[in-house]
Amino acid sequence: MLSLGSGGGKSTKPSFVSYVTLEDMKIKEKEEGLRSKHPYLLPGEVVFCSANHVLKYTQEDASQRGVYGTLLCTNFKIAFISGESASQETAPPFRNKLLSENDIPLTCVDHIYGVSDEKKKLIIGGQVKSKYPSKLIIQCKDLRVFHFSLTYAKEEEAKKIFQGIVHHSLEPKSLKCVFAFSYCETASPSQASRKSSLTLMFETKEDWSMELGRTKGNCKVSSANEDYAISEKLPQFFVVPFAVSDDDILRFLGKGIPFWCWSHHSGCALFKMACLPTIQEDGISQKYMHRMLDAVTQDQLCPVKIEDLSSCLPALQDLQLSYNKFKQLFLIDSTTEFWVSDMKWFSSLENSGWLEIIRQCLMKAVEIVDYLESAHTSVLIVEEHCSDLCCVLSSLVQIMLDPYYRTRSGFQSLIQKEWVAGGHSFLDRCNHLYQKEKEAPAPVFLLFLECVWQLLQQHAPAFQFSETYLTVLSDSINIPLFSTFLFNSQHHRDTAMKPGHPEAQRSPLNFPSVWDWSLQFDCKAQSLFTNPLYVEKPIQDKALRKTSHQKHQRQLSLPNTLSKPSPRKGFFKEETDNLKKIFLGKRISKWLNPTESSKELYESWQRKPLDYQGLLLPYLDGPAVRVWMQRYLRWVPEAQIFGGGSITTVNRVLELASEIQDLQKEVERRSCRMNSSIEWKQVYSGPPLSARLSSFPFTTTHAWSFKPAIPSSIRQGLGSVSSLADKEDDDSQGSGVL
Amino acid sequence: MEEAPRFPGESIKAIAKDVMYICPFTGAVSGTLTVTDYKLYFKSLEREPPFILDVNLGVISRLETIGVQSHGENSCGMEIVCKDMRNPRFAYKQEEQSKLEIFENLTKHAFPVSNDLPLFAFLYKEKFPVDGWKVYDPVAEYKRQGLPNESWTISKVNSNYELCDSYPALLVIPTSIKDEDLRRVVAFRAKHRIPVLSWIHPESQATITRCSQPLVGPSDKRCKEDEKYLQTIMDANAQSHKLTIFDARQNSVADTNKAKEGGYESESFYTNAELTFLEIPNIHVMRESLRKLKEITYPVIDEAKWLSNVDSTHWLEYIRLLLMGAVRIADKLESGKTSVVVHCSDGWDRTAQLTSLAMLMLDSYYRTIKGFEVLIEKEWISFGHRFAVRVGHGDVNHTNSERSPLFVQFIDCVWQMMRQFPAAFEFNELFLITILDHLYSCLFGTFLYNSEQERVKAELHTKTLSLWSYINSQPEEFTNPFYVNYENHVLYPVASLRHLELWVDYYVRWNPRMRPQMPVHQNLKELLVIRSELQKKVDELHREASTRSLSSSSDRGSSPSHSATPVHTTV
Repeated sequence: MLSLGSGGGKSTKPSFVSYVTLEDMKIKEKEEGLRSKHPYLLPGEVVFCSANHVLKYTQEDASQRGVYGTLLCTNFKIAFISGESASQETAPPFRNKLLSENDIPLTCVDHIYGVSDEKKKLIIGGQVKSKYPSKLIIQCKDLRVFHFSLTYAKEEEAKKIFQGIVHHSLEPKSLKCVFAFSYCETASPSQASRKSSLTLMFETKEDWSMELGRTKGNCKVSSANEDYAISEKLPQFFVVPFAVSDDDILRFLGKGIPFWCWSHHSGCALFKMACLPTIQEDGISQKYMHRMLDAVTQDQLCPVKIEDLSSCLPALQDLQLSYNKFKQLFLIDSTTEFWVSDMKWFSSLENSGWLEIIRQCLMKAVEIVDYLESAHTSVLIVEEHCSDLCCVLSSLVQIMLDPYYRTRSGFQSLIQKEWVAGGHSFLDRCNHLYQKEKEAPAPVFLLFLECVWQLLQQHAPAFQFSETYLTVLSDSINIPLFSTFLFNSQHHRDTAMKPGHPEAQRSPLNFPSVWDWSLQFDCKAQSLFTNPLYVEKPIQDKALRKTSHQKHQRQLSLPNTLSKPSPRKGFFKEETDNLKKIFLGKRISKWLNPTESSKELYESWQRKPLDYQGLLLPYLDGPAVRVWMQRYLRWVPEAQIFGGGSITTVNRVLELASEIQDLQKEVERRSCRMNSSIEWKQVYSGPPLSARLSSFPFTTTHAWSFKPAIPSSIRQGLGSVSSLADKEDDDSQGSGVL
Repeated sequence: MEEAPRFPGESIKAIAKDVMYICPFTGAVSGTLTVTDYKLYFKSLEREPPFILDVNLGVISRLETIGVQSHGENSCGMEIVCKDMRNPRFAYKQEEQSKLEIFENLTKHAFPVSNDLPLFAFLYKEKFPVDGWKVYDPVAEYKRQGLPNESWTISKVNSNYELCDSYPALLVIPTSIKDEDLRRVVAFRAKHRIPVLSWIHPESQATITRCSQPLVGPSDKRCKEDEKYLQTIMDANAQSHKLTIFDARQNSVADTNKAKEGGYESESFYTNAELTFLEIPNIHVMRESLRKLKEITYPVIDEAKWLSNVDSTHWLEYIRLLLMGAVRIADKLESGKTSVVVHCSDGWDRTAQLTSLAMLMLDSYYRTIKGFEVLIEKEWISFGHRFAVRVGHGDVNHTNSERSPLFVQFIDCVWQMMRQFPAAFEFNELFLITILDHLYSCLFGTFLYNSEQERVKAELHTKTLSLWSYINSQPEEFTNPFYVNYENHVLYPVASLRHLELWVDYYVRWNPRMRPQMPVHQNLKELLVIRSELQKKVDELHREASTRSLSSSSDRGSSPSHSATPVHTTV
């Protein structure tokens, strides 16, 4: 590593002085040349441009030091290849096979700033002239921040790499330019087509039937949209109430149809529905709507509650605005900035409103859970296209109610069911193509992961997957390779994957799914996805399960709970007047104060011992909703706890588990009897506990110095609160007490 | 009706039926209120299971009569303002004699000191299998640190508390210091609290010494002996030619003190010393901050404004300052190998907070249950943190401006460290909460009085029980199952607000929605049980095998002691 002292700020020279002479650099150049010519490339990956002698600042000490190397831009990523050999030895144990430490997928670039003459300026695609800044700051969607200096690179190379990076990461492009296409054309099928067997993809009739059977749902699988005959937005197969006919589905092209999501053991179920087009003759649509509601209620056998999300949750633009403010709190340029912003931490956090949005979503989900669980009332979630917040809510409700979705395969199936088959516009929401005129991008899926993280951190033993799994999943959104996150609907995907010309001999492309984790991580790294605190479902046969369910119901109607108004048919009747309004997509006021409405649910739930295989409710009071530290603080050096963090507890459990495993082996070896033993997955071994950072496994210790973080000035921001501060510390008389 | 449960030595003073407890969370409930000389006990059979409220009298800060509306015929009310973040309210019929009596008794026994009554600790007659008063032996503790050595001596100069009445009998001071010089230093330091050693680094010999402010005054008085004394402290550590003085106060406040009698060391008189102000506000600011904290947490939390409300109390900001100060001290010793002197004005509040936190970061012994008890006994109790005054044990005068939650703040800092290093402490959260509960309860003698001298005079060790007797009788309750000994690892907590959090399980624990959860601990405990069972099994099999091999006169002498070593091998 090279030390760079800070030089005079006013000179035209860069603000640091290299102690490496030009000759040194020339010698180095030869060495580097060898290395830089062989960057690690994926199948189908092509280098567009590169520049040598680029300095990458190491973040931990306020941009005073750096590493020289080569900066590349390919059709997949921006990569920096260090000219120094040291980093090779200490390769991080938790390594993504597709990306190295200094790689940024083009779709992961959030903002680029150029620094010229100490001025930081946001770079906007399409406006780049021949001038290039001396320093580049790249902020990534996974919250990494890279600082590169182009000062020592050859002018021609520097200009090219700057223009290349800006062009390929900040300017609109067509879907076909996304790396997945060239990757899949080149990659051998064995690498790309293996599917995770346990995850249901919901692309076939069978998957839906299985899910219906598992939850004992009283609905049917519809093939009305096979080959996308009715709608390009809908999946080929979906589930609707028996009374919904193919004609009904055709009527408004799938709008106004109650799609089945999940069935409660009591018989009630969760449905979602897209609003009808706004201009309709009232008489017709109202009649139609009545029929649909009757279908849901099975001719009024089971009451239904309608939840219109537009009236109670923030709009997508607000989501985006809030998240932009929130993430800014973690994109930190320097130590000084870290400590200055630290003083305003709580107020900035509150101002962003992001945690409040998470709370609102969870609260709404609890309300829906309440209807299903306590009142045995079906719920119909209504949203304009039923593919945004609707997906957040329906998935959350199912996670809270059904322990299957808290396993890894269950969770992945849920995302396939509600998000991928449900037609969430991943491509538009993530804005991977940088098309400004398209519908607003919004971190809807991330919001869902945030909500799941809240549940996970509050009830760790209920989840089979770990926090690290969620963080890695949130990162995978920005890797332009997985069919899961690249399209707006199944139809969109199917047409995109068709060979370019119909007469071409090629078979359709087969994009990998994100659930094919072996593409990104080896087995050892994947062991970190498993939550060692997970309390497994006790093995019991079906008969037992049934009785336990009945018991569950009895407990819910404990005699001492206050008598509440019966929610039976009344619900439906009372709301019929509102139906017209709802289905025309207009906003209506809330019926109930949400906190009040679910108070009883919480009370009865809290009275019982917590069953991790049963109902799970989030705590929503102020202190309970937290910041997802692993995701947001993992790259901030000042925030690293050396030898600490919640990872230490996880590690302790893993250690203990491996000790138990060893003991069991020992017992078996000695007694020569095969006991039915607890199976522990491969245990992750890494550096000792005390030598790890709190951001483990994302950052490794080699890059950091272990000096405690002490702000340059601790005085700032501490204005005296009141006159008390000036008061004499301790009354020297000390006559206070008798 | 059954009587309220009582401790040995506890006696019932009054009972009143048909009193209504106005619970802010679950609504009003009526039942029987019992007042003893230790606690207030309310039980209602209206709910299933019976509703019980148990408040020890020591925790009561003040009693206030309040107007009660719309609670039927109950026309009179009382609010019990507590030091532990709650204000239970009762309503009752004014005219009844039994009600009058109960509240008279409450007023009397809640403030025994003001009513010429003994604190309950002197009446408590429990028997514990271990004696907590034996936990702290200063000589043993100094020996553990490698003292005395050639530079430092354990001095008996204060054995009669004549040198300094707020210091303990045994002090560690530089060996070379002459008695007459010492007298001059004593005169130059506020409250005679001279620099004495708190902790010595086992390798570098860098030390933490604590004292009070020098009496410099507006005329910049000097004391050659004091200057020499600090030089001696610096010289005792051969690794560094510097000495860092940390003044906990805000620079401006230190200047104000200088304008009166006190002040701070001038860098031009104390050569090689560097002075740093840690900018920590005084006890009054801290008291006000906790008062605001109570306002935003009890009885209800404003969810939407939670973060800005927490911000407005500044409580976590002060916690951050304390942790930051302690990190700087620890870093000076560990990385800088430099000795430090810590003081504030009198050296018994912020100084105790800082030295004890720095010691907790530097020395893993203090992160064990026993070690932490020693730390409190040493840095807080023996060095004269004025517990009686700061807490106001048994004193009716709740407006006394000398009261301040400095010790609570310290424990909060420890909790924050525990959150950042969940595996580095042998004790758990319950241990910290128990300590804070008995800071107020007056059940044990541990936190009573202001100084060692007062405690000796009151024969505390023979007339009361130690909190550590109770805790050490059931250590498993207070043990952190995640504990791994970090050995010589220095803990540097990140003193950033991003990592600090309000200690909900303590400050907001009365709110039933904040149900404390320890499922992870439970899970781990189960694993520990499985492990120990397996270990036993392995040991058994091992023994069987070795007896078998012995009987068959095999020469493989695998000794049984071998089986005691952990079987764990790295995977």
